[in-house]
Amino acid sequence: MTNASGTTKQTIVALVADRPGVLNRIASMFRRRNFNIESLAVGHSEQPDLSRMTFVVNTAPGSAEQVTKQLRKLIDVVKVSDITDEPMVAREMALIKVKATPTTRSEIIQFVEIFRADIVDVSPDSLVIEITGDEDKIDALVRLMRPFGLKEIMRTGRVAMPRGSASADAEDQDEELRYRANGGKPDGEK
Amino acid sequence: MANRKKMTGAQMVCESLLREGVEVMFGYPGGAILPFYQTLPQYPKLRHILVRHEQGAGHAADGYSRATGRVGVAVATSGPGATNLTTALATAQMDSSPMIAITGQVPRSAIGKDAFQETDVTGVSMPVTKHNYLVMETRDIPRIMKEAFYIARTGRPGPVLIDIPKDVQQEEAEFEYPDGVDLPGFRPVLDGHPAQIKKAAGLIDEAQRPLIIAGHGVIISRAYAELLDLAEKTGIPVITTLLGISGFPGDHPLHMGMPGMHGLAWNNLAIDEADVIVAIGMRFDDRVTGKVSTFAPRAKIVHIDIDPAEIGKNVKAHVPIVGDVKRVLTQLNQHVTARHDHPDRKEWRRRVDKMKKEHPSLRIRDAKGLLPQYVCSALSEVTHGDSIIVTGVGQHQMWAAQHYVFRDQGTFISSGGLGTMGFEIPAAMGAQVGRPDKTVWSVAGDGGFQMTLPELGTIAQEKIPVKFAILNNSFLGMVRQWQEIFYQRQYVATPLFSPDFMKLAEAYGMMGLRVKDKAGVGPAIHQAMKHDGPVIVEFVVVEEESVYPMIPPGLSVNEMIEEPEKMVAMQDSKEASS
Ligand SMILES: Cc1ncc(C[n+]2csc(CCOP(=O)(O)OP(=O)(O)O)c2C)c(N)n1
Repeated sequence: MTNASGTTKQTIVALVADRPGVLNRIASMFRRRNFNIESLAVGHSEQPDLSRMTFVVNTAPGSAEQVTKQLRKLIDVVKVSDITDEPMVAREMALIKVKATPTTRSEIIQFVEIFRADIVDVSPDSLVIEITGDEDKIDALVRLMRPFGLKEIMRTGRVAMPRGSASADAEDQDEELRYRANGGKPDGEK
Repeated sequence: MANRKKMTGAQMVCESLLREGVEVMFGYPGGAILPFYQTLPQYPKLRHILVRHEQGAGHAADGYSRATGRVGVAVATSGPGATNLTTALATAQMDSSPMIAITGQVPRSAIGKDAFQETDVTGVSMPVTKHNYLVMETRDIPRIMKEAFYIARTGRPGPVLIDIPKDVQQEEAEFEYPDGVDLPGFRPVLDGHPAQIKKAAGLIDEAQRPLIIAGHGVIISRAYAELLDLAEKTGIPVITTLLGISGFPGDHPLHMGMPGMHGLAWNNLAIDEADVIVAIGMRFDDRVTGKVSTFAPRAKIVHIDIDPAEIGKNVKAHVPIVGDVKRVLTQLNQHVTARHDHPDRKEWRRRVDKMKKEHPSLRIRDAKGLLPQYVCSALSEVTHGDSIIVTGVGQHQMWAAQHYVFRDQGTFISSGGLGTMGFEIPAAMGAQVGRPDKTVWSVAGDGGFQMTLPELGTIAQEKIPVKFAILNNSFLGMVRQWQEIFYQRQYVATPLFSPDFMKLAEAYGMMGLRVKDKAGVGPAIHQAMKHDGPVIVEFVVVEEESVYPMIPPGLSVNEMIEEPEKMVAMQDSKEASS
């Protein structure tokens, strides 16, 4: 996915220790390495003490591999997969608060239905819409709501997972690490 | 369990240090680290050296670690004590030096309240450490200490900081030192992948004009014998990066010296012609490559490094090998063919030797005053290339790198990655503490020497017999050189006043020697070596001497300035074109 400015959007999933400071450590590494994070979503994983993060990173040509390699270097990062080119399910959730008058309300509700979104809060002059989907779908709804008057938008950023039986954790995209996985002996001290 | 014992956090730290084989630490006390200090008398085997500034503690620990291969330890109090350590942490991080920093923190209840001497030290040190910890439970200390030492010295080494709140140091808990670590996110690979090793061996066997570029990884992994074996077996000339210096015997016929910005001309030219480069434990720093797009244009690159992130970071590798240098070279040596006497290897070596003769970068011209190059070369001769040389950053560093012939291994210690002035005194002190069997010479500039000069107090107090060679050119020399070349000799903020170094030596109770001419150089070095305490030798050198050759930053080999005359020509053409 290369865009006009020559950068690529990379989707990376990482399994990380669920410890104070880990997010800071990761964000600080991105900042320090001049990697541009577009979104970052974090939550618990199926394993206790481990969280899973989804990063969307805008990378300059040739630096995609560095992002995953530098992430792997962090002691709290247990596993990293670049799933950009894998079949994946990618979703984002958004809450959209839009102005609604008695005359516009039904029109808004129609749009919400078409998008299979939900109205989760109603007040005399506004509605809160909850929508889940890929970024394009959310962008489209936001565009449609704009003329009514957007009061507030809250987006989670992308969460992603490889499709089928593949697991992001098992897959090691990085060439180096494939060599490792085959031949290198992990662990050990100098 | 039998070995479970109740201890205070401070005792746990000491106990852990002992278990990790620590004998000495460099530090500076303060309120938040006092519980730790007050338990030290219970641990007479732990020697503590009181520095004069925490930066000194950090560099000393770093110098100790580089000289011995063991983990250096620095201790500081919270807030200003800890922030003073950061330059030393960054230095160690850039040069992959294993180090543990233990800092005091305000009590847990005060964290986040802007308490007196509170700083978020784990936050501050995050970008300059390999890893760090804020210890919130006393019972975690043994595990964290074990992990910290493991992380500091395993894989690509680096500094690890442990920040311990005062009340955590005071509180008691049961102590049980773990046998191992459980760090699923940290599993460095040590052996090279066999298929890659074979590929590399094939490439090396077929190469017509191969070169080895050996970096700091060779020294860190103590892979001297393996590197020597590879070079001799294959007959490939060995270039050493700044921090790779002393990883290969300086008087070996295959030894080429340093490449890059102030590298010896033939190295840069040979790299330009090479068809295969075996890059070992080096990271293609921009001071080595210059303009990356024109670096080694003809070469296929075999890159061996323990840190996968180094591979492909700056320069594309044709055959990447992740692993510990010593182990990978051992594997590689089993697969390469002995080709020392092969005609095309001989031909290539003849070619390289011819380059050396045509570009005598090491020739020291005649001059009226004392030339710093002469001092470095004399130092090499008098010490038989067998001292540990610790440098500052600047011209003297480059001259030492160029003119000192390192015969013994792992004896060149310098801040390469960060280029930290002020490293020269405390790091030399640490190196000498770690290697009492060796003479340690600190080669310093008049500028850098004044940055951490109070550490002379530590050296005097502890009677550490470091020899200082100050190359006094009355300038911040390297910056003056840039002003000369790139700013038409506008010497802004570089002329430098210095104290009377002889009186300074006297003030600290040290021997002081001042040398102003060639004739005095040898005798002064001899005299300093004979004296069994610290000595300051001030060499008053030619002021406006510059380091050549030089490839200006961002340019490529064919833009190398070999001699001052050419530099003037370049300046003229630059002016004409601007
Ligand atoms: C802490 C620090 N500040 C500034 C610099 C920039 N710098 C690099 S070399 C140099 C001059 C060094 O002067 P001196 O120590 O006298 O050594 P010389 O170059 O004269 O041999 C300076 C200021 C640096 N490397 N480190």
